[in-house]
Amino acid sequence: MKVYLDNNATTMVDPLVVEAMMPFFSEIYGNPSSLHKFGTASHPALSKAIDQMYKALNASDNDDIVFTSCATESNNWVLKSVFNDHIVSGEKNHIITTEVEHPSVLAACKALEKEGAKITYLPVNSEGIVEAHVVRSFITDKTALVSVMWASNETGMINPIKEIGAICKEKGVLFHSDGVQAIGKIPVDLQDVHVDFVSMSAHKFHGPKGIGALYIRDSQPLSPLLHGGEQMGGRRSGTLNVPYIVGMGKAIELATTNIEEKIATIRAKRDRLEDALLELSDTFVVGNRENRTPNTILISIRGVEGEGMLWDLNNGQIGASTGSACASEDLQANTVMLAIGANSELAHTGIRLSLSRFTTDSEIDYVIAHFKKAVERLRAISSSYAKVQPTVGGESKACELHH
Amino acid sequence: MAKNDLLGASLWDAYSNKVTTLMNNPNHQGEITPEEVEKNGNKLIVADFGAESCGDAVRLYWEVDPKTDIIVNSKFKSFGCGTAIASSDIMTELCIGKTVKEAVKITNIDVEFALRDHPDVPAVPPQKMHCSVMAYDVIKKAASLYLGVDEGSFEEEIIVCECARVSLRTLQEVIRLNDLTTIEQITDYTKAGGFCKSCIRPGGHEKREYYLVDILRDTRKEMDEEKMRAAADAGSKASFEAMTLVQQIKAIDAVIDENVRQFLIMDGGNMEVIDVKPSPDYIDVYIRYLGACNGCASSATGTLYAIEATLKEKLSKKIRVLPI
Repeated sequence: MKVYLDNNATTMVDPLVVEAMMPFFSEIYGNPSSLHKFGTASHPALSKAIDQMYKALNASDNDDIVFTSCATESNNWVLKSVFNDHIVSGEKNHIITTEVEHPSVLAACKALEKEGAKITYLPVNSEGIVEAHVVRSFITDKTALVSVMWASNETGMINPIKEIGAICKEKGVLFHSDGVQAIGKIPVDLQDVHVDFVSMSAHKFHGPKGIGALYIRDSQPLSPLLHGGEQMGGRRSGTLNVPYIVGMGKAIELATTNIEEKIATIRAKRDRLEDALLELSDTFVVGNRENRTPNTILISIRGVEGEGMLWDLNNGQIGASTGSACASEDLQANTVMLAIGANSELAHTGIRLSLSRFTTDSEIDYVIAHFKKAVERLRAISSSYAKVQPTVGGESKACELHH
Repeated sequence: MAKNDLLGASLWDAYSNKVTTLMNNPNHQGEITPEEVEKNGNKLIVADFGAESCGDAVRLYWEVDPKTDIIVNSKFKSFGCGTAIASSDIMTELCIGKTVKEAVKITNIDVEFALRDHPDVPAVPPQKMHCSVMAYDVIKKAASLYLGVDEGSFEEEIIVCECARVSLRTLQEVIRLNDLTTIEQITDYTKAGGFCKSCIRPGGHEKREYYLVDILRDTRKEMDEEKMRAAADAGSKASFEAMTLVQQIKAIDAVIDENVRQFLIMDGGNMEVIDVKPSPDYIDVYIRYLGACNGCASSATGTLYAIEATLKEKLSKKIRVLPI
């Protein structure tokens, strides 16, 4: 059996989405900006996709949802354009974000810092959550933007976006949320919550890779990132990616129709898996289940290094992920893990399992069995469980590595 | 960056079959107990390196025959990724049958080499080279415990890059001999900094005593100072045109001090050199008059010609003096 439990990294494209996209490659391929029928033939499908997006997010008709190439583009667009519009050409000098954002927010902020912006990176609490009162305490009259992710890719923990939105509204500060891990996983109602900008990506909810969107409240000004042919009402240039837009519309519709039912099914499987893994000694899971995306588990297994665990899971045809230092190309310890607990052990023993609506009960059974076997094998090798103690003087010194 | 770097490497696919096999089934994983060692009349040495909170930890067990100092058995326990486990396993294998003093000579390079399938193909991708460094460190520790000496006594040289085992002295020599100016060049010439990258600058995976950025800067500084001293020693024989800007200004100042300034001061004035700008035909020396010289009629005629003539004679015929 092959089991994919890395759905926070990307998801399988739903075959229904592929089916919806197919006609727009070789049959209806005209440029939607053209005047002839080849071009306009795609308009009904594009309108439908736009309707699907607005409906799924309960966006108002006065808002804009602009298709982009991915959430990295959407995040960069908001940060760089708010910087240009309100810091370079305005009176503000400050952006607030968090330590646990996706690299497309963090790296963009670092770049803006070099260009003169003041950036505050807020800490998270031990559950991995950014507390609203902390956001409030850092807002100054020079703050242009607050950017806080809706839900964490690593822990699945959901931030108090409604409260933070209310604070930003009261203070007159723009509010952006990277919604990549929330949209399609939990209900997102953009008329209930005050957010100025929301980034999203289709491939996280069973749509194709290479298509994302940015929600812009009340069609408010935001200078474009890409200049060109004035597509999307001049907000985002570049020939419309017709099949992918159609696919994103279909995907968001499938993900959000009867979302409560879908959540309940995924959650039941996730909870069963989590309960079974917590039967292992010396393990813990980050964050309370009530406030977590229903598909995510970040579990720490004492004595088992993350990449070693991934290796054994991979040998069992199970795809998962880790933030462990060893697994990343640059050998950096996982910033999210370090941010949530001063205990750096978790940074090396964390395994993230993320389910999807396609995960089956028999897959969960298989993972439970294989996971336990892997932990048993690796703990048998692990120095953390060795019985014979070092010769006097042979003990390890304090950690000699950087974090 | 080029075509082959566009797709990030697939880390695990770059492992040798030996690494994969030993990760899946290590041969020497386990513990040696004091009881079994005692039964054989041997000595047990157990040494730790690293910690779970660091992301890597290894415990090395040696059973040593005290009559011959030969390591008759060795095992390990490891908290780490696949390459850490495979490196630990091959390390114990390399130790068995050697005397403690011979074992200390095993380096991380030997460990990595023993993991290769083919002598020319690395066993692990560059960023995993540091895993085998732990093997070297823990052996040194075990040997120091057995021999009752300090670990530092095994290291004859200061090793800056542990992955490639490049010493401080080698780095300094290579920078000098090849006139290297960038970290990339150092890596091309010595492989230092090409693996886990901890030794390049502070803030990497591991804290180091020496960093390539500092060694490069300090060595370049020494080289510049030597060049300056050489130029100064050569005195007026050194070609003015070949000097650096700072050297040129100093040389001009020296000539002015010796031949001109006293006369200006006598008349209640002075001058300073502002800048030197070379062009194909001239070397323009910009000066500013101070005190009484400022506005003095001669400062644009006689005095100026005298200054220019002196500098031309002492330094270069191409000099043109321009007051501002």
